[in-house]
Amino acid sequence: MSRFRCPVCDYTYDEARGEAREGFAPGTPWREVPDDWHCPDCGVRDKVDFEEVEE
Amino acid sequence: MSTAAIHDAPPPALARATWRDPKRYLWLLGLVVPTLPFIAYGLVHLTGLGAMWFFGPVLVFVIFPLADLAVGLDPANPPDDAIKALEADRYYRWCTYAFLPIQYAGLVFACWLWSNGQLSVVESVGLALTMAMVSGVAINTAHELGHKRASLERNLSKIALASSAYGHFFIEHNRGHHVRVATPEDPASSRLGESFWAFLPRTVVGSLRSSWELERERLRRGGSGAWSGRNDILRAWAMSVVLFAALTAIFGLVVLPYLVLQAVVGFSLLEVVNYLEHYGLLRHKREDGRYERCAPHHSWNSNNVASNVLLYHLQRHSDHHANPTRRYQALRHFREAPQLPTGYAGMIVLAYIPPLWRRVMDRRLSEHYGGELSLANVHPRARARYGL
Repeated sequence: MSRFRCPVCDYTYDEARGEAREGFAPGTPWREVPDDWHCPDCGVRDKVDFEEVEE
Repeated sequence: MSTAAIHDAPPPALARATWRDPKRYLWLLGLVVPTLPFIAYGLVHLTGLGAMWFFGPVLVFVIFPLADLAVGLDPANPPDDAIKALEADRYYRWCTYAFLPIQYAGLVFACWLWSNGQLSVVESVGLALTMAMVSGVAINTAHELGHKRASLERNLSKIALASSAYGHFFIEHNRGHHVRVATPEDPASSRLGESFWAFLPRTVVGSLRSSWELERERLRRGGSGAWSGRNDILRAWAMSVVLFAALTAIFGLVVLPYLVLQAVVGFSLLEVVNYLEHYGLLRHKREDGRYERCAPHHSWNSNNVASNVLLYHLQRHSDHHANPTRRYQALRHFREAPQLPTGYAGMIVLAYIPPLWRRVMDRRLSEHYGGELSLANVHPRARARYGL
């Protein structure tokens, strides 16, 4: 399970936790998040701009 | 125009340690706006003039533009290493939270005045317009709160929007406008040659439609339909319905037309601010079909102190679009961002008079694009007028 961070506002998508509000159940892998999905906190960056968090 | 000195050079390292926010206590002046119904009441009783019920529009459309001219500019930025502490200082949050109880105390007070039979219809309309300034500026407060991650602030944002029945703004602004800003697809970005009066119906209808689409898509991913109790637009509107129904039940049907009037004029005030924030500015499409990222040159800015204090630094709009979750007290002036000739308050008045607006802004936009208006976001119907 990986985490992906918005480079503008540090919002982080965690595959293990998903994002219920956005309709992504816990365990939803990043590849199933649509490409045109925008950062839910800042709206500035798209999914493709997100950076994988090094654990 | 102001002749205020430009002093945006970074302060020396020594000064940084002792830096104090010069606007710290000025932000409290933002609370003058929600107090307007009480101020108008006081002025009517002091002067004996019923015209004083119209004090709200006078403050926003006359006094603030003049104050911008008199007080001038402040392009100073907090030093970079002070920003974190500045954002963490909870005092600034309380300045915005305090807006809400005063806003609703004013609304109840206005309902009582409308219902007690002592005001003429004209005076009641004046009071409704004064209350509209409160509800309109409350959308700006809701805007500041709605961009924050904390659920407390997001909930307060929805409450602030209830009196103007503009609860869908919270969805559309954050997830629609910020994504598509300065593109022809954004209903809330005005175009070169588009008058405010043409923009108003386009943005009201377009933003409503867009917010509904965004919410439907979000709920669809979660496996439910748009007509769901989890639909944030329906929940926000329900707050307005309950609010207006309760006020009507308490004070009588007489207050309802004034409640509607202040809501419509209130959200129109927000939309005129939308009109001037991105007029004619355009992000260009890259080869891969995506728009270039939103940059400082895609928003109109102003450093006029009076309007900036009124609107929680909204006029430092380029930094807001670069960092939407950044708190108002920490927003910075960008030297490379296009600047309006005066503050948002004065520009609102210009926007209401399209020939005047075009005279001032079309030239400024043309200068911004080095005379190449084909680079601008041009209203399709106005292309011929600009030789395009």
